[in-house]
Amino acid sequence: MRFEQEILPHLDAAHNLARWLTGNDADAADVVQEAAMRALSFFDGFRGGDARAWLLRIVRNTCYTWLRQNRAEKMTPLDEARHDPGERTANPEQNAIARADRKTLQEAIEELPVEFREALVLREIEGLAYKEIAHVTGVPMGTVMSRLARARNLLRERLVPPEAAS
Amino acid sequence: MTCAEVSTLLEAYVDGELDFRSNLDVEAHLAECAGCGNQVRERMELRDLIVEAGAEAGLYFPAPREVRQHVRQSLPGRPWPRALWLAPVAAMLVLAAVLIPRLGAPAMEEEVVSGHVRSLMPEHLLDVPSSDTHTVKPWFNGRLDFSPPVKDLKAAGFPLAGGRLDYLGDRRVAALVYQRHRHVINVFVWPSSRGDGGVEKGTHKGYNVLHWAHGGFEYWAVSDLNQGELGEFARLLRE
Repeated sequence: MRFEQEILPHLDAAHNLARWLTGNDADAADVVQEAAMRALSFFDGFRGGDARAWLLRIVRNTCYTWLRQNRAEKMTPLDEARHDPGERTANPEQNAIARADRKTLQEAIEELPVEFREALVLREIEGLAYKEIAHVTGVPMGTVMSRLARARNLLRERLVPPEAAS
Repeated sequence: MTCAEVSTLLEAYVDGELDFRSNLDVEAHLAECAGCGNQVRERMELRDLIVEAGAEAGLYFPAPREVRQHVRQSLPGRPWPRALWLAPVAAMLVLAAVLIPRLGAPAMEEEVVSGHVRSLMPEHLLDVPSSDTHTVKPWFNGRLDFSPPVKDLKAAGFPLAGGRLDYLGDRRVAALVYQRHRHVINVFVWPSSRGDGGVEKGTHKGYNVLHWAHGGFEYWAVSDLNQGELGEFARLLRE
């Protein structure tokens, strides 16, 4: 069956995204299951091409629906400008980042606003190109780029203790 | 280019997302501007740290087996409860163990050729466009659970063009892209328990396909390049 060949290889990617967007395994499993069923029903409309991005778009939309129903407080619309910490100058912060352990890093990513988090996860952890991220998240490539820049700036702020940055 | 112009392109530059022309422009500017150079270095270091820390710290969450099973079970044509479908699955596994040594190769040949053809579609060829093995090899960190050997064959006339993630046989594999004049060679690599052996040759849909195992990895090279030169390429990779 074509669905199995095209879509199932991307189940890991689907689960990874769902896990980062919902924040826990049980909800991620539910979302992946529901997204897979949606994907199956939409599959006739899949015209070939990038199956991973196609599936991730469905997973992402399923996650957002789920978040809206279950975590209304987390879904305040993003004020893109407000989160811009501005340019930072080079400083000896790399060591502080290098020392960040798994837990700190994971928490720092989890605390990013969801739009920034998904861009970062899709890029750095899933390895998608801007164009694919734009397709998955439904925003222009320029927005993908600025969200990534802000996600990285925020992450750097979170990971570097104030004394190291001064 | 001015620093202001370059600064709007830095994020895309670090992510390898610029077109060829802009990439050259940015690099020309970076060669002369220490300030922008520092910014690039800082961004690259942060990115590498996330990717590497991500790989080491296990920040990738693949689908657990139960999730995979759930999804499979809810596909049409699989309405059986678990206990019932385990029996045919077990039977299939036994059959597969018997048949795969013979059937595996042609099926995989078809898959690697599809992977090659897919890669030639616009913008599918490279995730990391670079001729530098020290850029391409670390790029796979955090994206794969293994580190593929990346060899520099420029001197022999097979320059590296870059790398990409691909999916073959239900798993993530490394795709390394080399060039020979105007021909593209895709080399698919993943770990294998097979011992080193000779090169198997085949053709599928007009593409030449070479397959071998070497140093704990399985290699499939696909190209429209002629068998002779592709064979030479494989020999160099195995050296």
